[in-house]
Amino acid sequence: MKVIETRILILGGGATGTGLARDLALRGIPCLLAERRDINAGASGGNHGLLHSGARYVASDAESAIECREEGAILKKLAPQCIEDTGGLFVAVEGDDEKYIADFQSMCDASDVPAHEIDIREARELEPVLSDKLIAAYSVEDGAVDPFMLSLDNLAQSVALGGQYLRNAKLIDFSKDNGRIQRSTFLDQTTGEQFAVEAEIVVNATGAWAGIVAALAGAHINILYSSGSLLITQDRITKRVVNRLRKAADSDILVPGGTVSVLGTTSVTIDSPDLCRPSVAETNSIIEDARAMIPVLDTTRYIRAYAGVRPLVLLGDSGDARNVSRNFSLIDHARDDVDNFITITGGKLTTYRLMAERTADMVCAKLGVDAKCTTRTEPLPPSTMGRWTEPGLGPKSWIQNRDADDLILCECEMVSRNAINAIVENMGGMHGNSILKAIGMRSRVGKGPCQGGFCGLRITGHLYDEGYVSEAKGIEELQSFVGRRWRGFSPILWGLPMVQADLQEALYCGALDLELHDDDDDDFTCEDA
Amino acid sequence: MIKDDTIYDVMVIGAGFAGMAAALFASAQGLKVVQTGATGGIDFSTGFIDLMGVHPMEEGKRWNSPWAAIDAAVKDYPKHPYALLKRDEIAEAIDTFTDFLAQNGLDYVGHSERNSRALTPAGTVKRTYRVPKTAWKGTLALESKAPTLFVDFHGLKGFSGKQLVETRKRNWPGLKTVRIQFPSGSGELYPEHMAWALADPAVREKLVAEILPHCDDVEYVGFPAILGLNDPQQVVAQLEELSGKHIFEIPTMPPSIAGPRLRAVFDRGLPVLGVRTLSQKMVTGVEKLGDGSFQFAVGSGAAASTVNAKSAILASGRFFGKGLRADRNSVSEAVFNLPVVQPGNRDEWHLHEFFDHKGHPVNMAGIEVDEQLRPLNAGQPVHDNLYAAGAILAHQDWMRMKCGAGLAIATAFKAVKAMKG
Repeated sequence: MKVIETRILILGGGATGTGLARDLALRGIPCLLAERRDINAGASGGNHGLLHSGARYVASDAESAIECREEGAILKKLAPQCIEDTGGLFVAVEGDDEKYIADFQSMCDASDVPAHEIDIREARELEPVLSDKLIAAYSVEDGAVDPFMLSLDNLAQSVALGGQYLRNAKLIDFSKDNGRIQRSTFLDQTTGEQFAVEAEIVVNATGAWAGIVAALAGAHINILYSSGSLLITQDRITKRVVNRLRKAADSDILVPGGTVSVLGTTSVTIDSPDLCRPSVAETNSIIEDARAMIPVLDTTRYIRAYAGVRPLVLLGDSGDARNVSRNFSLIDHARDDVDNFITITGGKLTTYRLMAERTADMVCAKLGVDAKCTTRTEPLPPSTMGRWTEPGLGPKSWIQNRDADDLILCECEMVSRNAINAIVENMGGMHGNSILKAIGMRSRVGKGPCQGGFCGLRITGHLYDEGYVSEAKGIEELQSFVGRRWRGFSPILWGLPMVQADLQEALYCGALDLELHDDDDDDFTCEDA
Repeated sequence: MIKDDTIYDVMVIGAGFAGMAAALFASAQGLKVVQTGATGGIDFSTGFIDLMGVHPMEEGKRWNSPWAAIDAAVKDYPKHPYALLKRDEIAEAIDTFTDFLAQNGLDYVGHSERNSRALTPAGTVKRTYRVPKTAWKGTLALESKAPTLFVDFHGLKGFSGKQLVETRKRNWPGLKTVRIQFPSGSGELYPEHMAWALADPAVREKLVAEILPHCDDVEYVGFPAILGLNDPQQVVAQLEELSGKHIFEIPTMPPSIAGPRLRAVFDRGLPVLGVRTLSQKMVTGVEKLGDGSFQFAVGSGAAASTVNAKSAILASGRFFGKGLRADRNSVSEAVFNLPVVQPGNRDEWHLHEFFDHKGHPVNMAGIEVDEQLRPLNAGQPVHDNLYAAGAILAHQDWMRMKCGAGLAIATAFKAVKAMKG
């Protein structure tokens, strides 16, 4: 078995894991990041993409509010390529809790979170889709963040500074010796081969899977899995983030992102993070709740649903109190007699940098290295890895580098053949069980109204042409890609998406028989003959 | 508002396979026919006419004999629309339909007792009952595993000869592919434009000159379906003469040429039979008059009109054809607001896995009819002069059972027969 040696092994390629890889690399400590599936495959990709101003937490958790306010300001300054500084509104409608509304300004002031009451008429001029039953409105400093670009840019800088990463690397086992993790064994899901990593310190940044991973090391974390579903609209509904001005609940945030808006979210307890998927019932309840704030959400076209799992570390198990905010959990597993093992979980996308900083501080303390965090002041460099997630980049680059042979393969989002090639080259061979899925994560492919119905077939043909797939592999990838898109597509099938789904099935099943096993039967006799 | 004073014998709502077939069969019976509606699925057709290919869906079992497959399916699904037809009627319906296509220059070929194997643009093999003559040699090449060259084109996306070779080479040796420049036009190419360009015999000659150097060791040459719009058989014949090879077409992914070819035949052929076609216009309302006939509101804006007919055949398709529509809670029928047999809640419409062999329950939703193809409400015909045909019918999943065009044509035939009494 191949053995890789590294000082630090980071498990998990979400915002925290990639942020930590960058933080440590900037301190001169390169690491190996291993991700079971793909970058942001968990909650880092399954959230609103909301850069919190902090206002949402002023009532429930002042410390989180302050962290969000500080971290939001840092990100706006240091990672502007990932942020759309939209500004935000908090609005209440008839029937909402008047006491909460009355207290809102003073609660914001207490946490130093900027909030200004605005006239209801002005609010409806700023965002004409707001309900005519509005009774209060405040302006805040929320923004939208592209979590994929953020994680990919973090990872890219870590790699530029000597870090390594492996995707589709599934952790199978830890071997411990003398109260330390000696060796971590993985399955490479691209090749099917096993390999091992020997590290001085192992950091568990696997989000909702943190409890499962910790258990492999003989450590225990008590986690509740809270699944949250979100809906993506076909059009951008508002210019700004719009929050419901009430005690934080389901379906009360609408976040714009590029050409769409994201509405959510629910909170459903599930038994395992692997069971997370958006449901029809959650889709209905989100719309039925949110339409009080923005009535057009009742009739607008949705293009997809998705879900992520919040890992809620149960009270009494939040780790070392000196290092922990109530916002996230940083656990030194020395408490479980595993000295070189750390878990960082919970938290919010907005505070990922702070989580990485605190974790890196703990890593350095354990290593006995004196190196200060610089991510609070160093800009996050934009990378080619992250850029294809930007809406509108496909058409821009196609027009700028127009060459007659560069065909548009994804017509909904205008992603061209050259763009696909650039994305595949960037993956460095770690395709996992589907290059198509990996392309989907790194671009707008499959995210337009066709939901992969047409572009999936065209890109599959292109992957064969380029020799990236052979024999039945391309067909299997296509099936797997369409199957994955279905998770987000099936909850929103009414109106036009139902028409689109009908067409997709007519094409994939009616015309192409892709639901069946390949027909290589050479028996032509009729069963009744 | 334009008012048409003619009182038609029958209004055919829908211009997909079922609507086209209903208009054809009704006019052949001497009925005065008016037809309206979007072309629906035809524009997305492969051009193949499936009769019945898979049953039970759960097992994904394919059949060589469509007739045996129909018998087996009807046994397990007694309400399947095929249960309303005898084998002779189905055969007569398909033959009458394909005869009409042949008379208009679009021959269809197949075995009488068994399905043929046809290549799809994904490289998969499907079993189907009738294929266009221009695709027929592809079924022969596939069934005999003869050495074959697949040609594809710079600029034509979604069709990869390499994909065909890779997916089939395991048990079909002697496959190869070549990508060439289309002799007329560069940059991005579309099947319909390429087909138009091939109306010029000089372009055909250049095309053959491009492929000949790659043809030495093959018997068959397969092209994406671009070989002519109105005269594909003549184009294929000339390519065979010039190349000395067997030539065939493989459907492309939509929008393909198969749909426009079928549409062109009906656009030419139906008016000759006296059918009045209000093409691409949707029915926006219907009223039952005192004498029991229907008055339809058709089209919108300046082109809106009313049309009177003594009876109607509803062949408006499913969701894509806009015959059925779905809101967050239920499925409804778009023209007459007929009862739709359907699963209870939206979370029962679809399965968790898109490719689940069992098939999505909503695909069996639709209009329930009596033995005369009349839509039912609580067991009784809603109107004694309203019939339904094609994909809108309940208790079938044409996409998984592979019975789309066949079911459309056969139920249209039966509806017309019932109407004539």
